[in-house]
Amino acid sequence: MSRTRRAFLATGAAFALGRPALAQAAAKVVVIGGGFGGATAARALHGGGLDVTLVEVNSTYVSCPFSNEVIAGLQPMAAQRFGYEGLARAGIRIVHAAATGIDADARRVTLADGTARTYDRLVLSPGIDLRFDAIPGYDAAAAERMPHAWKAGEQTLLLARQLAAMPEGGTVVLAVPGNPYRCPPGPYERASLIAHVLKTTKPRAKLILLDAKDTFSKQRLFQSGWKALYPTQLEYVPLAEGGQVTAVDPDAMIVRTDFSDYKADVACIIPPQRAGRIAAVAGVADRSGWCPIDPVTFESRLVPGIHVIGDAAIAGAMPKSAFSANAQAKVCADAVIDLLAGRAPETPKLINTCYSLVAPGYGISIAGVYHPAGGVLADVEGAGGISPVDASMALREQEALHAADWYRTITRQVFG
Amino acid sequence: MRPAVLAAWLLAGSVGMVLARERPPPGASSCAGCHAEGAAMGAIDGRPEAEIAAALAQYRSGVRPASVMSRIARGFSEEESRAIAAYLSRQRPAAPETSQERP
Repeated sequence: MSRTRRAFLATGAAFALGRPALAQAAAKVVVIGGGFGGATAARALHGGGLDVTLVEVNSTYVSCPFSNEVIAGLQPMAAQRFGYEGLARAGIRIVHAAATGIDADARRVTLADGTARTYDRLVLSPGIDLRFDAIPGYDAAAAERMPHAWKAGEQTLLLARQLAAMPEGGTVVLAVPGNPYRCPPGPYERASLIAHVLKTTKPRAKLILLDAKDTFSKQRLFQSGWKALYPTQLEYVPLAEGGQVTAVDPDAMIVRTDFSDYKADVACIIPPQRAGRIAAVAGVADRSGWCPIDPVTFESRLVPGIHVIGDAAIAGAMPKSAFSANAQAKVCADAVIDLLAGRAPETPKLINTCYSLVAPGYGISIAGVYHPAGGVLADVEGAGGISPVDASMALREQEALHAADWYRTITRQVFG
Repeated sequence: MRPAVLAAWLLAGSVGMVLARERPPPGASSCAGCHAEGAAMGAIDGRPEAEIAAALAQYRSGVRPASVMSRIARGFSEEESRAIAAYLSRQRPAAPETSQERP
């Protein structure tokens, strides 16, 4: 226990009860982005007695976790949608407007409706933007023919419809970007569940998985599952064998690599990504497009007073996942509370756990523990790792159940 | 606590409000991402400290079989695990969901 914490615990409660008359107006924090990170941060900051405004353009959140199940027809889209009534009931002020400008010197956020909000500290949890400048031919219009479905919503439904309508014997091409990107194991779960759909409904159809890298999250687990379950449905093409997509032609439904042209009946192109646009507006994104942060406070390395959490942040060894965003939001909120009070935040530890389905009832996981080391969030040595490669089917079933329970728990905690 | 930090803290009057909520020790705030009433992972808020501490020690040593908890518990020292157990034991268990209310 640090000296600061010991003193805090020893004197804190008495101080709190003894000085209510001196309480000033609570410090103001604006949170931009109402996903797993931002909504959690808003709750934690509000619980800490701060004046919190959550700015989120959409009135309904659509969850990316479990959206692969929607694409495969295993889960209804309704199970992905969450309103903000739960946060409002908790007493959090929610403004449904786009944040268009940030003046870090004046500590002011401008909204699309022309109003402005001042803050003592700002938390950005803007998620990702898809880079429509990265793959020649793949722009926003092309995504209507070749969905990315990497932001859940209409794109998810579009890909689900295309798969359902695909003729027997057809070819699905799924393209995966290089690191870093949202949800590292997500494309491979998607490939698995699409292969499951093909195997059960169109056994002569095929999925070609084009990867811009040679190694990926939970690789041994996925590949052993694919070998056992989808030997004829799923063909994996890594970077070394020409997996990097160099261009697409959405009119001809062709996906090009340096080695081949693939004619697709359904093409899902997951392009490279960057932090959500407001990060660049705020000046907290670096040349990589992502946001460097302090690993203790999640405060931007580039702009003081602005904290960045979730997929947009460069969180070192922590993957861009909903679990990470939720864990980071709580640590960041405590740090913001401390900084506003003139206290030094305690050095945190964070956990991530990600489940993926290789098939219905066949779950696998990766977990990690992280701490600040060398200026970044690093893996705690000796901890973390993937499910055993030689595990029993009972464990795979248990992990599939845990995946579903995790989703229910986290969404209830964040939005409920 | 250093005098400068204490002074800044005393000046920040609104801070008193935040002290009602006990701060989790390092790592503990991540637990609620999975552990809840009704989930296979089970709720841990308000469980006995000794029970949580023993479970973490057994996960860490590998005596107790687990899916992810053995991988997570190895990331925490004995002292850190005990602090987490003590903190979780002091948390109030979540109220049952209203949707599951009996008639």
